[in-house]
Amino acid sequence: MGRTLAEKVWDDHVVRRAEGEPDLLFIDLHLLHEVTSPQAFDGLRQAGRPVRRLDLTIATEDHNTPTLDIDKPIADPVSRAQLETLRKNCADFGVRLHPLGDVEQGVVHVVGPQLGLTQPGTTVVCGDSHTSTHGAFGALAFGIGTSQVEHVLATQTLPLARPKTMAITVEGELADDVTAKDLILAIIAKIGTGGGQGYILEYRGSAIEKLSMEARMTICNMSIEAGARAGMIAPDQTTFDYIEGRPHAPQGADFDAAVAYWKTLKSDDDAVFDAEVVIDATSLAPFVTWGTNPGQGAPLSSSVPDPASYEDASERLAAEKALEYMGLEAGQPLRDINVDTVFVGSCTNGRIEDLRAAAAIVGGRKVADGVRMLVVPGSVRVALQAVEEGLDKVFTAAGAEWRHAGCSMCLGMNPDQLAPGERSASTSNRNFEGRQGKGGRTHLVSPQVAAATAVLGHLASPADLSDTPVTAGAR
Amino acid sequence: MAMEAFTTHTGRAVPLRRSNVDTDQIIPAHWLKKVTRDGFEDGLFEAWRKDPEFVLNRPEYEGATVLVAGPDFGTGSSREHAVWALQNYGFKTVISSRFADIFRGNSLKNGLLTVVLPQETVDELWALVEADPTAEITVDLQDRQVRAEGVTADFELDENARWRLLNGLDDISITLQNEADIATYESGRPAHKPSTVQA
Ligand code: SF4
Repeated sequence: MGRTLAEKVWDDHVVRRAEGEPDLLFIDLHLLHEVTSPQAFDGLRQAGRPVRRLDLTIATEDHNTPTLDIDKPIADPVSRAQLETLRKNCADFGVRLHPLGDVEQGVVHVVGPQLGLTQPGTTVVCGDSHTSTHGAFGALAFGIGTSQVEHVLATQTLPLARPKTMAITVEGELADDVTAKDLILAIIAKIGTGGGQGYILEYRGSAIEKLSMEARMTICNMSIEAGARAGMIAPDQTTFDYIEGRPHAPQGADFDAAVAYWKTLKSDDDAVFDAEVVIDATSLAPFVTWGTNPGQGAPLSSSVPDPASYEDASERLAAEKALEYMGLEAGQPLRDINVDTVFVGSCTNGRIEDLRAAAAIVGGRKVADGVRMLVVPGSVRVALQAVEEGLDKVFTAAGAEWRHAGCSMCLGMNPDQLAPGERSASTSNRNFEGRQGKGGRTHLVSPQVAAATAVLGHLASPADLSDTPVTAGAR
Repeated sequence: MAMEAFTTHTGRAVPLRRSNVDTDQIIPAHWLKKVTRDGFEDGLFEAWRKDPEFVLNRPEYEGATVLVAGPDFGTGSSREHAVWALQNYGFKTVISSRFADIFRGNSLKNGLLTVVLPQETVDELWALVEADPTAEITVDLQDRQVRAEGVTADFELDENARWRLLNGLDDISITLQNEADIATYESGRPAHKPSTVQA
């Protein structure tokens, strides 16, 4: 019987398989950041263990880093202590670190791919649930807890039970104004925040094959929001082209050998998935969330749903609580919702393509009065590229704030936060209560919707801008 | 890290009637700046604790050690701090009809036993401890059974996880017993695999 992509990558990494035990899997790449690693390094120290494979380990700073005045000492003493702890741990154990101020610094899931470290057929782990992002390359990539971080540091392996596999097949063509973000939000709304639980998702079908690597990363990134540990997309020419020439891509004969192997990494025609979901790409439209979990979303053209319309009692209750928290009324058109803040960034939508898309919309227009728009590139490299293309000037001319790279308002561990009651349209991945600041209200959107929303001051798609002419001097 | 063994536990329980309790609710992000594994008890459900009516604030549930939660408990981020916060507060075990995968893995690694029971049984346990906050629940890992007045329910847990919990064994020492297997695997890895060594 044929095997799925996930099964192939899994099988290629089994170090030990024994009856009644989880498989022991080899880990090809271990990414570290400041939040989930201190207790792991402490554990190593206490046990007197070294890091087994420094050559497969790399660290960066992202969650706590400020996006303004990065040359000044970090004001929050606790944030500073966490970054200093990472620096000390990396120095003590010999781990390569890209700290704040370094040209390779950025959100860990943006840094891995852009360095060419994320490759098809590898196993990638990080103490961060959005490690699923790297699955866009056909890697088996998943978030782990701090105990597992320590386990990988000490052994370069993890004991794991193999999850089931689910195919999410998206056929047909996405409309021009429908992005990868809309697609993944629609998938999560369809299967629910627990729908992927216990599964590795494989996104496939003609609509997925047409997507760029950036868009594929947006999709795989949010697999965790559907409850799945990992999401994968079979590597193809788009993938190979993206990797070739990057700093850590294989070179010469190694690259050829790698591509030959990568080409075998797709689900066999006779492979059997444990579950299958089919989505018609042509049925999709720009999508936003109205609630406090990523499954509570709806097409932008629709209205806030009525909790009474849910048959399931716990879903009904969850919807009621969400509307109360979000300060919304059932039946209110989503387009009527005004926002205070627009955040463009994060490991979901903080890559160059996302910034280009947002810039193309705000270019020559103005951010609405009373709206604050924050643009936070996913990494320093992304920022440099954007500056080279003049995108930073487009944003600032429109009245947006152009910031330094990091996680920023995705989770508000640094000073970039919503005030209580404030409402944002955010290109990040989580709309949980208080995620972007205590009492803050989050609507998850694509970069395109974020940009249009910034201009109009209420949730909107670029199509709504037709009567907002681009002023002279615009690009 | 060394882990405490779990064989059987009996204690009073807190009924948490909420579904989809995510890890941001269990322990908000600003607590993640700590660099130790203890002292997270005050951060547990921090936002809800501000409400004096929140179930954890009610005097009759003080000192409870069993959390009976709604479905999809522990969704969201991979932060292990969520498990530590529950343990620091004094919980030994959490019962729910469905846990998020990463949270479940984290809990079992840290010796916090997460027990999956059908929602009907969870409903019965809620009713029981709401009617009588002094009612005790026994979670018996030896027999894989939850017992309380009027409730006897078997639960499943894979044999390996159970063995580790019963014996309080930490994963790293178990894995390092198979160090030779790791070395063999490493020697056979293809040259094209990525390395983080700076060129
Ligand atoms: S950008 Fe947001 S989701 Fe991504 S790693 Fe940072 S905090 Fe996590």
